[in-house]
Amino acid sequence: MDSLVDKIKSGYLWDFPGGVFPPERKSLSNSQSIKQLELANEYIVPVKQHIGHAANVIVELGQLVKKGQPLTELQGPMELPVHAPTSGEVIAIEPRMAAHPSGLSELAVVIKPDGEDTWYEKKPTPNYLALSKVELLDKLKQAGISGLGGASFPTYVKQSNSQPIELLIINGVECEPYITADDMLMREYATEIVSGIEIFTHLLQPKLVVIAIENNKPEAIAAIEQACQGKSQFVVRAIPTKYPAGGEKQLIQVITGQEVPSHGITADIGIITQNVGTAFAAYKAIVQGEPLIERVVTVTGEQIKSPANVWARIGTPVSHLLAAQEYQALKRPRIIMGGPMMGFTLHGSQVPVSKITNCVLAPSEKALPRAENEQACIRCGYCADACPASLLPQQLYWHSKAKEYEKAQDYKLFDCIECGACAYVCPSEIPLVQYYRIAKADIKAEQVEQEKAEKAKERFNARNERLEREKQERLEKHKKAAESRKQSMAKDPSAQDKVAAALARVQAKKKSSPETDQTDKTQTTEPANAAKAKAAAAIARAKAKRAAAAQEATAVETAEKQANNQESADQQTQTDSLTPAQIRAKAIAAKAKAKQAAKESMTESEQAPKNANSEKSTEAQADEPSADEQLTPAQIRAKAIAAKVKAKQQAKTQNSESADSPDNAEAKTNTEFQEDKVPTDEKLTPAQAKAKAIAAKIKAKQQAQSVETKSPEVENEPNTEKNMKDHQTPDAELTEAELRQQRVKAAIAKAKAKKESLGDK
Amino acid sequence: MILLYSLLALGLIALIFGAVLGYASIRFKVESDPLVDQIDEILPQTQCGQCGYPGCKPYAEAIANGDDINKCPPGGDATIKKLADLTGKEVKPLAGTEGEEAEPVKKVAYIREAECIGCTKCIQACPVDAIVGAAKHMHTVIIDECTGCDLCVDPCPVDCIDMLPVATKPENWRWQLNSIPVKQIQ
Repeated sequence: MDSLVDKIKSGYLWDFPGGVFPPERKSLSNSQSIKQLELANEYIVPVKQHIGHAANVIVELGQLVKKGQPLTELQGPMELPVHAPTSGEVIAIEPRMAAHPSGLSELAVVIKPDGEDTWYEKKPTPNYLALSKVELLDKLKQAGISGLGGASFPTYVKQSNSQPIELLIINGVECEPYITADDMLMREYATEIVSGIEIFTHLLQPKLVVIAIENNKPEAIAAIEQACQGKSQFVVRAIPTKYPAGGEKQLIQVITGQEVPSHGITADIGIITQNVGTAFAAYKAIVQGEPLIERVVTVTGEQIKSPANVWARIGTPVSHLLAAQEYQALKRPRIIMGGPMMGFTLHGSQVPVSKITNCVLAPSEKALPRAENEQACIRCGYCADACPASLLPQQLYWHSKAKEYEKAQDYKLFDCIECGACAYVCPSEIPLVQYYRIAKADIKAEQVEQEKAEKAKERFNARNERLEREKQERLEKHKKAAESRKQSMAKDPSAQDKVAAALARVQAKKKSSPETDQTDKTQTTEPANAAKAKAAAAIARAKAKRAAAAQEATAVETAEKQANNQESADQQTQTDSLTPAQIRAKAIAAKAKAKQAAKESMTESEQAPKNANSEKSTEAQADEPSADEQLTPAQIRAKAIAAKVKAKQQAKTQNSESADSPDNAEAKTNTEFQEDKVPTDEKLTPAQAKAKAIAAKIKAKQQAQSVETKSPEVENEPNTEKNMKDHQTPDAELTEAELRQQRVKAAIAKAKAKKESLGDK
Repeated sequence: MILLYSLLALGLIALIFGAVLGYASIRFKVESDPLVDQIDEILPQTQCGQCGYPGCKPYAEAIANGDDINKCPPGGDATIKKLADLTGKEVKPLAGTEGEEAEPVKKVAYIREAECIGCTKCIQACPVDAIVGAAKHMHTVIIDECTGCDLCVDPCPVDCIDMLPVATKPENWRWQLNSIPVKQIQ
């Protein structure tokens, strides 16, 4: 490397392949010194003006800001703040058209100047050598310094590079036609630029600093050479004028003869490049304490009457610059931001100047004809000769156009610097770079998609695992509960019997035809009454069938009828000599039937409350037979307990607010209790009562479940009704509650409409 | 005699190779079908179920077992092309859209929060847990995690979920210069 440094010092220059020689047209704008502009009517400061992420806006609407006051605050890496270009009021924080070829809007802070132009607070540190490297980098960061050459890469990131740096190249080439911003800056601020470069050398400690300037800028070269006098580490090198010598990779090739590896950065070969404008901005930020709020912009082109370089605040609308330099619009106006080779056409004149805006160009049709006459590629190969990156532009073109991105990448699409030399020489006027940009954007989008898909897959798998785990945990819990129940039962054998009986009943109920089961039981227990019971059951069945036929209209009535029927059947049997066992069997049968009826009506009706009523009435009726009997004290006690449990249950269900199915469930539980109660002629111990309660609960749950599964339509109802209840109670509250209520009502209406439409389907 | 020796020699060689192959098939046994994983890599992982399978992996398995490769609407033509490359099948137009030329538009779910009643049904439907919220509380979609699978739209009882196309920003703009209405600068 030392030999390389010596070779560079000796004045040796290399060359890069390809390149083109477009007409320079720089004399338009480089005859006057850099002008100061009057303040614009408003400044539009985009929040993100660099490669990386946008920082957080910290100003508010209507806030008064001073010149240089930070508008955003840093939170993460690759962020840079933006600063108020002048003192004034924040009149908007909204998306505005950004300085971007898409013409899309980006978040921007709009400031209306107060005309005072007072500074916020400057913290000049002329003696920056006393600062540590970290402090210095932080100052660069807080001042919002990014590369002013074109890519707007945060300068502090570049300067905090940890690889050993041999060579610092300062880029003053400015190879694009028309642009003279860096040229004029070097002529007028050579000492400041050199001071800025010294900040960089202090940070990077390179062996040699090369300031590269194209040899078509003799005044700038002279000025910088004068400023560098006596500094042995600094070399000013005039390089041959050829587009795109100012490209980072091409410049390195010209100065050192080395190539930056594909997908690599310049620091990989020990070189860092910075633009002269960046060096000046660093000087201002560190030595004078002024953040990056203005830059030199060339306003030029044949349609500008007085082309010149101006100091434009960041955020100045382009229209303000054009008006100041007397722009004459064409019939088909065209304003280009940047140079004619790499710039882009603006979509509106309210686009603000950003940190990378070096030129606003208004060319005539003759000087810069529009490339609108695209023809087929004739495979002439001129583009390959012109390509400074030694790529094969026509191959890239084919593959990009055909969307064969794999192959385009094989031809090193991503090493294309989009300089436009190929499109410039193309005789068919193919906008080659445009095709490459589309291909690059598509490939990047695909990569983002791929990453997103990976993430989605991960989340999906995680979710599945979670669901599986939860299921296992639930099963485990149930298992444990069952075991503990078993254990407690083992301690109390009488409870075991009762629970076993209850379980048997549950299972019996589960069977599809509980009626027949019950009647069978009746038969076995009471052979004498078998025929009567059978008849009663048969009548009930027939009625049930009829009821099923006429379900829709008279569900409730059917239930009542059935219950009546039941009663009559009971009464029939009652006329006979009754044994307690008989009564028990009958009661069971009656209840089962009533339940059946209730179930039927429940599944299709919305008149659930009525159902519950009817069921309750059946219960009451079913209670009668046992009540007719002389009640032993034990029975009374049992009833009392059951009633208590019932009351509790009711209270519970009421608490839980559910309107519909819980009511049904409640009714069920009631019947359950009755059923339990009748057969218990024995004394009730607390344990027994408990066991009963448990069994009843199980049954209620099961029924509630079966109701849910049978009629999913009913499911929607409780929700809405619940909400209605919820929102009717705070009626007394004011507008907010009402508003909410209205919203809920609307939601209910929607839900109903949806249900109906589903039903129609 | 020569015939016998040659037969013996060949038989021996056959035995040796057979043994080597047999050992190799045990030693280097591949547990899962690598093709399924490769297909799964290509699929967009929206887990939307529009192919008729409960997720991308089951569809990948189905493709490996010979199902059609054109059942993935979110993936579109690009995915079909890649699947065709991998499986050696013919490129077909997306099932159900034969004849139409339509690039699938990337969408994300958006909950109109003022109308959300907090029923949690969309949360249960989301295959990638991209919806946050709790019962009786407003829900919202984590835009970055949403795959645009549409599965949350149907369960919503109040229809407050919209599928909105992803907004184009300068970061994800694809240089479609012609699709932008060009305004004349005055």
